[in-house]
Amino acid sequence: MNSLFTQDVPLSWYLVLSAALFSLGIIGFLIKRNLITVFMSIELMLNAVNLSFVTFAHQWHAVKGQIFVFFVMMVAAAEAAVGLAIIIAVFRARATLAVDRIDLMKL
Amino acid sequence: MHLILFFLFAGFCLAGAINLLLQSHPINSALSLIVVMTSLAVLYLLLGAEFLAAAQVIVYSGAIMVLFTFVVMLLNAGREERTMGSRTARSVGFPAVVAILGVIATVILKAQGLGVASLGDGLTSTEDLSRILFTELLLPFEVTSVLILIAILGAVALARHGHGDPDGDRERTATK
Repeated sequence: MNSLFTQDVPLSWYLVLSAALFSLGIIGFLIKRNLITVFMSIELMLNAVNLSFVTFAHQWHAVKGQIFVFFVMMVAAAEAAVGLAIIIAVFRARATLAVDRIDLMKL
Repeated sequence: MHLILFFLFAGFCLAGAINLLLQSHPINSALSLIVVMTSLAVLYLLLGAEFLAAAQVIVYSGAIMVLFTFVVMLLNAGREERTMGSRTARSVGFPAVVAILGVIATVILKAQGLGVASLGDGLTSTEDLSRILFTELLLPFEVTSVLILIAILGAVALARHGHGDPDGDRERTATK
């Protein structure tokens, strides 16, 4: 029991967790049928990649890896704002959020 | 302690991600995504990235998810209808996902030289981070601020009333 409290975690477990989250994001992208949830799956994939970055930054003691995550967060915030604005515009034009019925770029 | 915390929050992460897939209402998916993001913040803290843990909570589970829930409520998005989707997505997509996960996991678990993480080891202080961010990487930082400015303008232009909206267009021509 004592070893459970003092044991370290191999960094590969963090990377496997990151890969699992990324795969769940891909599956969500494939099976979800709501535009907003598809977008959420993309955010999930971005987060999974961020976890990899932080893990490798820890491994190599590289601060720049963490700064890269910071940039990814800023780009994700910009992407979320623009993406959700596009979703609102699409909903106004089509009155639906089902991806099966949004299959044309033009109105 | 690190092991217990890792298993606890990795479990929260995976449970939240799976719940995101299983829920049929977007608002429930959004709430489970908040669970995933907040657990990831704890994992960042375990890996010694204290500034990123704070930024993750503030930017992701704060700002971005508020935006998501706001849009879900604004559009009154109801329960999604389950369709089977395209056949290509099923026949190519799922084997591809399994292959990707298998290959990545095999490579990672076979990789030599990956260290271990113990509690309180390799903590990166915000001072170290900001010293590099504001000296060496000042130009990318400033360029990102321009990107965010453009994103704000784009979001406002896209979500403006009447944009791509048949009723809005008709209203505007009627008032003319």
